[in-house]
Amino acid sequence: MSNTAHTGAFEGHKKLERNVTLLAALTLGVVAIGGIVEIAPLFWIDNTIEKVEGMRPYTPLEQAGRDIYIREGCYVCHSQMIRPFRDEVERYGHYSLAAESMYDHPFQWGSKRTGPDLARVGGKYSDAWHVQHLKAPREVVPESIMPSYAFLAENELKVPDVAANLTALRHVGVPYTDADLAKADADLKAQADPNADAGDLAKRYPKAQIRDFDGDPARVTEMDALVAYLQMLGTLVDVNSAAAQEELTKAEGGR
Amino acid sequence: METVVKRLGVWACVLMASIAAIALTPDSGFAIHMGIVGLVAVILVVATATSYDPMARVQGIFRMPPGPSRYDDDPIRWGVIATMFWGIAGLLAGVFIAAQMAFPELNIEPYLNFGRLRPLHTSAVIFAFGGNALLATSFYVVQRTCRTTLALPGLARFVFWGYQLFIVLAATGYLLGISQGKEYAEPEWYVDLWLTIVWVAYLAVFVATILNRREPHIYVANWFYLAFILTVAMLHLVNNLAMPVSLLGAKSYSAFAGVQDALTQWWYGHNAVGFFLTAGFLAMMYYFVPKQAGRPVYSYRLSIIHFWSLIFLYIWAGPHHLHYTALPDWAQTLGMVFSVMLWMPSWGGMINGLMTLNGAWDKVRTDPIIRMMVLALAFYGMSTFEGPMLSIKAVNSLSHYTDWTIGHVHSGALGWNGMITFACVYYLTPRLWNRERLYSLRMINWHFWLATLGIVFYAASMWVAGITQGLMWREYGADGYLVNSFVDTVAALHPMYVLRMGGGLMYLTGALIMAFNIAMTIAGKLRVEAPMGETAHDEAADRPLPPLTAEPAE
Repeated sequence: MSNTAHTGAFEGHKKLERNVTLLAALTLGVVAIGGIVEIAPLFWIDNTIEKVEGMRPYTPLEQAGRDIYIREGCYVCHSQMIRPFRDEVERYGHYSLAAESMYDHPFQWGSKRTGPDLARVGGKYSDAWHVQHLKAPREVVPESIMPSYAFLAENELKVPDVAANLTALRHVGVPYTDADLAKADADLKAQADPNADAGDLAKRYPKAQIRDFDGDPARVTEMDALVAYLQMLGTLVDVNSAAAQEELTKAEGGR
Repeated sequence: METVVKRLGVWACVLMASIAAIALTPDSGFAIHMGIVGLVAVILVVATATSYDPMARVQGIFRMPPGPSRYDDDPIRWGVIATMFWGIAGLLAGVFIAAQMAFPELNIEPYLNFGRLRPLHTSAVIFAFGGNALLATSFYVVQRTCRTTLALPGLARFVFWGYQLFIVLAATGYLLGISQGKEYAEPEWYVDLWLTIVWVAYLAVFVATILNRREPHIYVANWFYLAFILTVAMLHLVNNLAMPVSLLGAKSYSAFAGVQDALTQWWYGHNAVGFFLTAGFLAMMYYFVPKQAGRPVYSYRLSIIHFWSLIFLYIWAGPHHLHYTALPDWAQTLGMVFSVMLWMPSWGGMINGLMTLNGAWDKVRTDPIIRMMVLALAFYGMSTFEGPMLSIKAVNSLSHYTDWTIGHVHSGALGWNGMITFACVYYLTPRLWNRERLYSLRMINWHFWLATLGIVFYAASMWVAGITQGLMWREYGADGYLVNSFVDTVAALHPMYVLRMGGGLMYLTGALIMAFNIAMTIAGKLRVEAPMGETAHDEAADRPLPPLTAEPAE
């Protein structure tokens, strides 16, 4: 027969069909390759994350806000990843840099924009706007379909052990210092309380915004934490001066 | 007696541990979860101590045939019931969140806000509905194709009930706000660990049954099930690597950050589609389509080629979820190229399924179950063409972040996964409960058309919504400024969201008709109805007409 060679190959397959160990081992080998080739290099290719000035770990209050952002599933409707297109850059700001999410455990780039991108929402609106918008979105934006989050302003911010959160993050690679851990609890409260002494918070966390966020200075609420997080998104890196990609091009001799 | 005491001891320890956890944890959500675990332990303590057999009682309620079956079918009967239950629950959640997008007043804070319900919907349909369908059919198929009973019957029951506990913990967790924040991998670390135990047991039952086989060859459906179980284990373990804050709290932080976390997540996310919703469901197709059609699989060689190429290529496709992001360009391009190549092995599966009907195509007219299978394969083919198209970077720049993606996944999920599962459950129920036939075949027909029309409404409205929004975002006026504010694009989608909800409602209605049909079949009832497809023989009409009386011409 003319297709003896082909038949031979399929004959060989019969060996696999009779041996489940062989079949399983080969299957596992075949499905492992793609991930190893694509994911593993991201951990050791240097220019995966270009170094930029200004990145720092989240303050305890911002991290608590981020945990609320995750708890409420904000990522199912909001992205945090601006693509390098003219319309996105004009609408949301400079395209997102890899370094800007280097301390994000987990990442929150999102996959759907039912609402707008939030990667650089920090500083675009006032605290009062955010609070009002979270409490009753349609009072601020009539066409909005966002759920309301008024309960955040009612709930006292309860983080069982602030230092434990930062310690867990340090275990996975976020460079919190011993001082950050020791003062974690105080930092959390001081950042949202205008009357408290924030100490060297602003020095350890450059550009940290220290004020009452939710309009209720008497208490530190979940609203304080979430607004503090939203107000710092995209504010750490001065993208216009950093211009990471352009600098890289220069460093490599202007490709 | 000794074993009873031992078991009592084990359950009592579980109960004590959960009570201790409730007392010590400062985290109310975690306490509720431990309460659920404790409740399960109490039920098991009571059940063991009184030596009262609750299973026999419950199996009586569901009219499961008493005594041993030829094959070990009890876990499969439970699996069929669980598939129907979670299917309805997941579809209901889907219709509700679709309604929330059209009418935001339906958000009830905090527990029933969209952000908490959406993971509930996705997990309920993928892992609860799809997962139970896969568990039930894999146990059914592996026994029949190996001509042996389940190797580890006790462990098989643990797999089924352990998986249900996983679902309950995951679902309640979402409502309570316990989430890792990674799509389709939202359950927290301790629920992930539990699933790992269940999954290893699943692999053990499946492989041990294959080892006990009385047939020399392992049937092709079992290759797909095996690849599905192994790969999901790999994906689950790597993507859920996380550092818990405390052993007495729900919160954990992902082991990876930023770029690395993103690609790990979408390597997982895309292959949850590739192996959970494709390889596993192709396994169902490879057994149930030939059985229902009464025809052998079209091509053995094609099944070999498309099996190996499918499982090899799928793993690479993850980066197409991250086009134009901060993921390095080389990874994006690699992901796109492999996604486009993936088109071919996907269609290999569709062709092998459809061509199996060669010589039995007339059954599409007469057999509503075959019709459902054919539609499922057609949607599989359609969405595996649409997927590679959307993975092309230029197309993706328009479609990404829009409802086009939502439409795409639903034509796959509702069309392919839903329809093939429904067909398999229709096939299984009369056989598992020793019924002559289903309660009603005509109801399957209603289900078929409601579901088909529902998918058409769903997919069409989401295409329009996605392309509309994508184009509005990038629209520039003659003055060189962006034309639309973001909220303009939200307002423009309202009619499409209403239509989508209508489509989902039709699909849900079809599933409810099915649930009724299955329940009546289990109850042992037969609906009196005209048979489908065959024109009944009418003895009286089957005779020559009387000769024409000749009329004289005028």
